[in-house]
Amino acid sequence: MIKRLASGPYLFWLIMFIIVPLLMVFGYSIVQTDSSGNLSVSFSNFARAFDPIYITVLGRSLKIALEATAICLLMGYPMAMILAKMNVKYRTFAVMMFVVPMWMNFLLRTYAWMTILGKNGVLNGILSFFGLPQVQFLYSEGAVLLGMVYNFLPFMVLPIYTVLMKMDSSLIEAAEDLGGNKVTVFSKVILPLSIPGVLSGVSMVFMPAVSTFVISNLLYGGQYMLIGNLIEQQYLVVNDWNFGSAVAMILMALILISMAVMNKVGGDNPEDRGTGLW
Amino acid sequence: MVGKWLKRLYTILMFGFLYAPIAVLAIFSFNDSKSTAKWGGFTFDWYKSLFQNDLIMRSLYYTILVAIIASAISTLIGTFAAFGLYYMKPLKQKVLLNVNSLPILNPDIVTGISLMTLFVALNIKLGLITMILAHVTFCIPYVVLSVLPKFKQMPSEMLEAAMDLGATPWYAFRKVIYPEIKPGIITGALIAFTLSIDDFVISFFNTGSGVSNLSIAIYSMARRGIKPEINALSTLMFITVLILLLILNKRTKIEEI
Amino acid sequence: MKRALAILLMIVLVGSLFTGCKKEDQVVLNVYNWGDYIDEDIFDTFEEETGIKVNYETYATNEEMYTKIKKGGTQYDIAIPSDYMIEKMIKEDLVEPLDLTKIPNYANIDDRFKNLDFDPNNEYSVPYFWGTVGIIYNTNLISDPIDSWSVLWDAKYANQFTMVDSQRDSIMVALKKLGYSMNTKSVDELEAAKQALIEQKPLVLAYVGDNVKDMLISEEAAMAVVWSGEASNVIQEYDNFEYVLPKEGSNIWFDNIVIPKGAKNIDAAHEFINFLCRGDIGFKNADYVGYATCNTETMKLLDPALMGTTYAYPDDSLLSNFEIFQDPGDFITEYDRIWTEIKAK
Repeated sequence: MIKRLASGPYLFWLIMFIIVPLLMVFGYSIVQTDSSGNLSVSFSNFARAFDPIYITVLGRSLKIALEATAICLLMGYPMAMILAKMNVKYRTFAVMMFVVPMWMNFLLRTYAWMTILGKNGVLNGILSFFGLPQVQFLYSEGAVLLGMVYNFLPFMVLPIYTVLMKMDSSLIEAAEDLGGNKVTVFSKVILPLSIPGVLSGVSMVFMPAVSTFVISNLLYGGQYMLIGNLIEQQYLVVNDWNFGSAVAMILMALILISMAVMNKVGGDNPEDRGTGLW
Repeated sequence: MVGKWLKRLYTILMFGFLYAPIAVLAIFSFNDSKSTAKWGGFTFDWYKSLFQNDLIMRSLYYTILVAIIASAISTLIGTFAAFGLYYMKPLKQKVLLNVNSLPILNPDIVTGISLMTLFVALNIKLGLITMILAHVTFCIPYVVLSVLPKFKQMPSEMLEAAMDLGATPWYAFRKVIYPEIKPGIITGALIAFTLSIDDFVISFFNTGSGVSNLSIAIYSMARRGIKPEINALSTLMFITVLILLLILNKRTKIEEI
Repeated sequence: MKRALAILLMIVLVGSLFTGCKKEDQVVLNVYNWGDYIDEDIFDTFEEETGIKVNYETYATNEEMYTKIKKGGTQYDIAIPSDYMIEKMIKEDLVEPLDLTKIPNYANIDDRFKNLDFDPNNEYSVPYFWGTVGIIYNTNLISDPIDSWSVLWDAKYANQFTMVDSQRDSIMVALKKLGYSMNTKSVDELEAAKQALIEQKPLVLAYVGDNVKDMLISEEAAMAVVWSGEASNVIQEYDNFEYVLPKEGSNIWFDNIVIPKGAKNIDAAHEFINFLCRGDIGFKNADYVGYATCNTETMKLLDPALMGTTYAYPDDSLLSNFEIFQDPGDFITEYDRIWTEIKAK
């Protein structure tokens, strides 16, 4: 009984504030207003979204978000392991230190990178101190990637850390006792058991990365259109909510599909995941 | 031994990466020039004008108010949701978890627009209330995702065992389950709080009538170049958070002893 | 931990109670304006004089403001859109008609700024500031004279200049360079502008909106397409900048004060507009924001050195090819398509 009651408010919230509003957006996406203001059901918004120009935008967004996720995973996993194995005296402090930068404003954190990467920024200052030529760091794809990794890294580290922390250390000891070397213990025991955390981390990094528009605007100077910029432009600049909704729906569908794939890959047999995309 | 030093080096590098931009903001908050690239001497002026800036101070108040209320509500709802979800039939759980992921997977802007459409349709005046509702909506899923893995790692018979031994469900939750999932709850609450403080897009669409958070204020001011007052503000915020953290850390240690 | 959270919550709740029960009978005026586009000290003066409190909120683009007001849910008593947006809002019945008899200081407004095409009889709007779009450049970094949009297509300046991240303004630059009207409704002309901007894209350092002044001051960019007030701010602080109005012509814009539909305090809003039109208040604002005033009384208080400068009060002869943006109506979808295609490339 209590088990059902516990999720009651949650169910209400899901329906009221997630499902109903999304149905409204879906409604927008399949409606077209003609010049005299008449509404009609139409798929022209979707047809327009499959124009090669917009397909390019989508491909670019997916590519950079995948890169950011991969880098976060490569950087974040070892960090999560170090944190999980850290002496209890320092661990809480270290984990908190990981969260603190997130308490600073997102726009500010991105803006700070502009002062570091800029033509006369800190990094170029260091270069010229050593007599090296200036480099155009800012307004490049690399800068956008860096901004994504910087902003989303803690979202990768924290879930993995949470799972690693709860891992039964006797399993690892048993594996070691049975003669497994460090690599085997890691690949056969630790990694498979940490998959739930990795999946949480991956979704927490990939999703904001694929939909961001602030980072690309600030660090690539608005020349670089990602899917988020496209949707933002439709909603804020042209006020074409119908087309914007259609693009949003397509993005949603793509993401739901990758989610389903992830669930399938992650859910069945964790040990066979070596060749998985993630 | 080499491994240990490698670990230390890696940790130092990671923290360096995380804190370098904050250090830059802090240094430039004392810069006696409006530029963020040139050093014009040391000054406290930006801190003075920060406290005189009504817009920033008001936005700061709303940012913190919304973050605390939204993270508290979402942690509460999310924790019990994870509890309910864990004992659900797999299929139902899967469906709900997919719905749960929607606000995470969706572009913020879609969540923002969809909520705004809802509020406008329901004729709720956009302002503080709608901003809190919106924040709770995008925070809950993160709490669920942080707490649920804790349930999954917990031996599944624990609740039954406790209840067989005569514990009321509430007592069993408090004494048996809560200690197991506590790290997940704390992680979830922290993520909710930071997300709320950080949010720009969703707030932007779901507030109005004079209520704005820090992100919106910064965005509006940024039209004419970011002002060093904001550097000063982030430095102060950082110091506050750091002090809170030190206190928290000390308390945790005492509890552990 | 629990106790700490409880205490924190208490503080917040008590705090919100206090702000909640602020004197209920006091009229609160919701002002919705561009960020940093007013001297906020004048709100105190206004409250002292009238007892009306100002609740201030800001936006970054005309389109943001339009979206909020159009879709409803909020209530504002004052907004300050630009020309073409006012035209659009009048068309869509989003602004309240003004009662000019309640705004005696309207007489202070220079006749040049009255009865413009977007609001022929000033039934809905009162002029606030005006300005132009032009090129600002750093004379330390660029020695050749600049007088034409064509420099923005010169490979010599590759990665040294920025464009505006605003579709109307950037397309305007290309249209003007090609000798077309910035309000064109010809698909061919727009296509030509698109090709020009795509060709230009590799040379552009960035499309910026928010931070152009910082980029100029820090020498990140040597040259930029900017609004005149931004140039005014930079030039008054640094000697080594110059603002030019390109010979092909450019955009001249007007930001007017309106009362959005659904405003609750219409009388107080009129009182506020009248207050903004006062010479001394206009001067405070002009001094703070750097744009050009539409107020004759304010003009008298200004530093005479500003007269005739390109960035503040340019000579009329320089403005011969200048145009005002018009609301393109449904044709906006073409502009959007072009702009999306440029950016997506």
